[in-house]
Amino acid sequence: MISNESIPTLNTMFRFQWEQAQNSYVLLYPEGMIQLNGPAGEILALVDGEKPVAGIVADLKGKFGDVDGLESDVLEFLAEAHKQRWIEISRSNVG
Amino acid sequence: MSSSSCNGSPSLNSVPTHGQPLWLLAELTYKCPLQCPYCANPLDFANRNTELTTEEWIKVFEEGRKLGAVQLGFSGGEPLVRQDLVTLISEARRLGYYTNLITSGVGLNERKVAEFRDAGLDHIQVSFQAADESVNNMLAGSQKAFNQKLKMAREVKAQGYPMVLNFVTHRHNIDQIDRIIELCIELEADYVELATCQYYGWAYENRENLLPTRAQLERAERITNEYREKLAAEGNPIKLIFVTPDYYEERPKGCMNGWGQVFLTVTPDGTALPCHSAKMLPIEFPNVRDNSLDHIWNESFGFNHFRGYEWMKEPCRSCDDKEKDFGGCRCQAYMMTGDATNADPVCSKSEHHHLITDARAEAEQPLDSSKMLYRNERNSRVFFSSSEFE
Ligand SMILES: C[S@@+](CC[C@H](N)C(=O)[O-])C[C@H]1O[C@@H](n2cnc3c(N)ncnc32)[C@H](O)[C@@H]1O
Ligand code: SF4
Ligand code: SF4
Repeated sequence: MISNESIPTLNTMFRFQWEQAQNSYVLLYPEGMIQLNGPAGEILALVDGEKPVAGIVADLKGKFGDVDGLESDVLEFLAEAHKQRWIEISRSNVG
Repeated sequence: MSSSSCNGSPSLNSVPTHGQPLWLLAELTYKCPLQCPYCANPLDFANRNTELTTEEWIKVFEEGRKLGAVQLGFSGGEPLVRQDLVTLISEARRLGYYTNLITSGVGLNERKVAEFRDAGLDHIQVSFQAADESVNNMLAGSQKAFNQKLKMAREVKAQGYPMVLNFVTHRHNIDQIDRIIELCIELEADYVELATCQYYGWAYENRENLLPTRAQLERAERITNEYREKLAAEGNPIKLIFVTPDYYEERPKGCMNGWGQVFLTVTPDGTALPCHSAKMLPIEFPNVRDNSLDHIWNESFGFNHFRGYEWMKEPCRSCDDKEKDFGGCRCQAYMMTGDATNADPVCSKSEHHHLITDARAEAEQPLDSSKMLYRNERNSRVFFSSSEFE
C-alpha cells in the first residue's frame, strides 16, 4: 500500500525525460517508450527518491492550485506506476 | 523498376502521411568475429564501400534527433569492432537518445562495460546461439564464444545495466527452449527475446537447415507460456518475448509497423533504409553522405516508395486487412516471388502461398546433413562476384 509517507523512486530499468517531439514526458526502456499523459508526467517529474508522496502532492498544489481530489489521484497513479514497475516504494522513518 | 532522384518532384504532394523515425538503427560495421549461419545481414556484406566516419555518424544522430528519433541501436555486424564506439555512445547520449548496444559479447570486457556506462550507455543486449556450450560454439563458428558471453552477461548485470538476452531460435536449438529460459533466469536477464529466426540474408540461404517443424514451434511456445505463468506466480519480473514465427501463420506480419513509419536503419556505408533488409530490393536508396536525414525520411524516393496503399496489387489492394499488415514484408515478397509489390507469400490469399507451405513440408523431412553456409568474408565474396555480372 502506498501512503502519504511512502517515498517513490524511479526503477533503474527506466529513464524518464521530457521529449520535445512527443510534447510530453516519456519513460524509456530497452527498445521501447511509454508516453505519459500530462498529469502522469507531472507526478513522475517530482519522483526523486527523496520526496515522500505528501511532498509531491504539496508541490503539485503549489504549481496547479488546490485541485479537488488531487491527493487521491496522485495515490492512485503511483499505485498503478508501482504495479507497472515504473517506480519502487520505500517508507520514510517519519510516520 | 525505375528510380530517380526526387528533389521537388510534384508527385510528392500525393505522398501519404507518415510518422517520425522513432527508432534509429546504426549498423556501424559489417565486420564480425562470429559466423552465425542464421545471420540476417546481407549476403554480399563484404562488398560494401568504406564505413562512415565518427563525424558522419554524429551528424546522422543529430539529424535523427531533430526528426524525433529517441531510441538508438548500435548494431552491425559487431559494433564492438568500431574503435570509436565510446565516442559515439557519449555523443548519442548527449543528444538525448536512449542508447542500446546490440552485441554478441565477443570483444567486450569489464573495462569497456564500465567505460560505456560512464559514457551514458543505457542498455546492453547480448545474443547467444544456444544454451549449450557446444551447440553455441558450433553455430557461432568460435570455440570461445559461449564462455565469453556468459562472463559478459554477468558483467553487464553486475554493473547495473538493464539487460536483454537474445536467442535466435531454429531447429538446432528450439527443443532446448527450457534450458534457454533457465539460463536467462540464472543470468538475471530483464528481457529475453526468443527470436524465431527470420529468413533474410544468410538465414534464407540456410533455411532448409534452420526452419523448425510446426510441432517443434508449438512445443516451444507452450513451454514458454508455462514459464511465463510460473515466473509471474513467483513474482519474477523477467519478461519472455516470443517472436511470432511468420512461416507458420496464414496472415503476414505488419512488417516494421509499415514502410517508413517508425524505423530508419543506416548501414555501415551510409545507405539509409526503411528496414535492415531493404537493400536487396531493386530500388535506389539514399545515402546520408549525399542527403540530410530530413530529406531522406520525408522526401526520398526510396522511403516514399511503399508508403500508403497505392502501390498495392490484388489481393491486397481490395483487402480489408491492408491497414493492419500493409500486405506484409516487401523483402519477403521480392525474395520469394520476384516482385516486391506482391502480397507477402505468408498470406494464404497470395497465389504464391505454396512457397511457404512447401518450406513447411520440407521442414518435416529429415536433414540430409547438408552443410550450413557460414557468414564470413570468404563466403560473402562469392555473392558479389556473381552479382556483379547481372
Ligand atoms: C545482426 S545482429 C548484430 C549484432 C551482434 N553481432 C549480435 O549478433 O548480437 C543483431 C541482432 O539480430 C539477431 N539476428 C540475427 N540474425 C537473425 C535472424 N535471421 N532472425 C532474427 N534475429 C536475428 C541477432 O541475434 C542479434 O540479436
Ligand atoms: S548475428 Fe552472428 S554473424 Fe551476424 S552480426 Fe551478429 S554475431 Fe555476427
Ligand atoms: S491479401 Fe494482402 S492485405 Fe490482405 S491479409 Fe493478405 S497480405 Fe494482408
